[in-house]
Amino acid sequence: MIKAEQKPMEEILRSIDPYKKILLSGCGACVTVCHAGGEKEVGLLASALRMARKKIGKPLEILEATPARQCEPEYAQDLSELIEKVEAVLSLACGVGVQTLVRYFPKMPVLPGVNTTFLGETLSHGVWEERCQACGNCILEKTGGICPISRCAKQLLNGPCGGSSKGKCEIKKEADCAWQLIYDRLSSLGQLYKLEEIIPAKRWGVESRDSGLRRIIREDLKI
Amino acid sequence: MKAGSNLEKILSKGLFAVTGELGPPKGNDVSVVKRKADLLRGYVDAVNVTDNQTAIVRMSSIATSSLLIQMGIEPVMQMTTRDRNRIAIQSDIFGATALGIKNMLCLTGDHHTFGNQVDSKNVHDLDSIQLIDCVRTMRDEGTLLGGEEKIEGKIELFIGAAENPFADPFEFRVVRLAKKVKAGVDFIQTQCIYDMKRFKEWMKMVRDRGLHEKVHILAGVTPLKSGGMARYMAKNVSGIIIPEEIIDRIVKAKKPAEEGIKLCVEQIQELREIEGVHGVHIMAIEWEQMVSQITEMAGLLPRPKVE
Repeated sequence: MIKAEQKPMEEILRSIDPYKKILLSGCGACVTVCHAGGEKEVGLLASALRMARKKIGKPLEILEATPARQCEPEYAQDLSELIEKVEAVLSLACGVGVQTLVRYFPKMPVLPGVNTTFLGETLSHGVWEERCQACGNCILEKTGGICPISRCAKQLLNGPCGGSSKGKCEIKKEADCAWQLIYDRLSSLGQLYKLEEIIPAKRWGVESRDSGLRRIIREDLKI
Repeated sequence: MKAGSNLEKILSKGLFAVTGELGPPKGNDVSVVKRKADLLRGYVDAVNVTDNQTAIVRMSSIATSSLLIQMGIEPVMQMTTRDRNRIAIQSDIFGATALGIKNMLCLTGDHHTFGNQVDSKNVHDLDSIQLIDCVRTMRDEGTLLGGEEKIEGKIELFIGAAENPFADPFEFRVVRLAKKVKAGVDFIQTQCIYDMKRFKEWMKMVRDRGLHEKVHILAGVTPLKSGGMARYMAKNVSGIIIPEEIIDRIVKAKKPAEEGIKLCVEQIQELREIEGVHGVHIMAIEWEQMVSQITEMAGLLPRPKVE
């Protein structure tokens, strides 16, 4: 799922400084799972912002909402009644959710309250780690199901660099070397022969973000 | 002959090659290049020119290599995939070969967060193995990577790469070398060797796969200047192993720098005896003045003149 982290309080206060009444909108999907922008975080942040603004003599009125998925048109549109009553929206959804509101409410300022960080998984309670860069052409079949594009600091496709030491990456000592994980995994699957094959230069410019805006069109689903 | 460089001629004649290393200045001061060049000329067959090593911004390896040619020294131009996409890589290869550069070392490069431009975006469009494949394609097929597009002119490069027997997973290091050979590498320079036992083990794996007959391996050495340096490298540089007895020897020496040179010479002599080692790569980092002494003491002088 998408992982995000709340922006620093000072940055949020600065961005909402011109406004007296805002909607604080969370999202019931990914940011709820990673405790960055669910209903609970909306409530906590709203209280903190009210207090901070009261302290400086600039009280702030905050309406609160947490649509099930802010990035889906029907849920975003459900916010229209609330949005009519405010000067700006502070969104705790990911960058996608922010832009869905922007698309439906052209005259309403929508400000991000979180930094959208990565596509990752939960390692343990309160710990998340990146797993996918949405590169557009999955190579997990070749690498034992472990992604070197998201997990190797140099995105190496043909094995570890000279900085792989005792299973760790030289860039971040707490990070496992992706290629050590790939080696161990293919070894336990009895598939080490897969490492002998050269993975050719990736087609970043055709398959990934570098190709310009990506879009999926499913003719069979279009109305 | 693939490029006809001095290094290629020496290696293909079966002579024991010696290469050195030169770090370009952190600016455009040509006198720094000249001073280092003067310390290396005549003592080595070719000189590696690093490409913004440890991601510290320096004079470009192409420009420095070109200056070395003017100064009568054959360069091995290093190129990393950290800062260039395949458009820049191939364009730079056109430029470098037009300037007379004949040896190129294909590297991934140190991560940019180690350097002085930590906010930069790293590229890694290709990895080092894909870079080797790219250069070989340009040289042997006369086309650009992945295309039918013919190159105007002829790319003649002796293609090198690095290998680190001291990084992990150890069993994979020889597989990685095999992939580099498959991609078309002509010579390998290794990370600096202190753990002779592990290096010999790696060389045995190299020979078991017959790779020593397909690629020239130059063993890397770096003289230790002091006990502090030995301890620092052992502790902080990933992919370098310095056995305790070596650290001890330098730490306890009355004159650590002298002992470091002596140790380096002994290492070269030991490496020379290993089947499949075709040369030595001396990385005397900011200590270029010792290369003459090291090569003299190791019996590597005079350097052969080949036609």
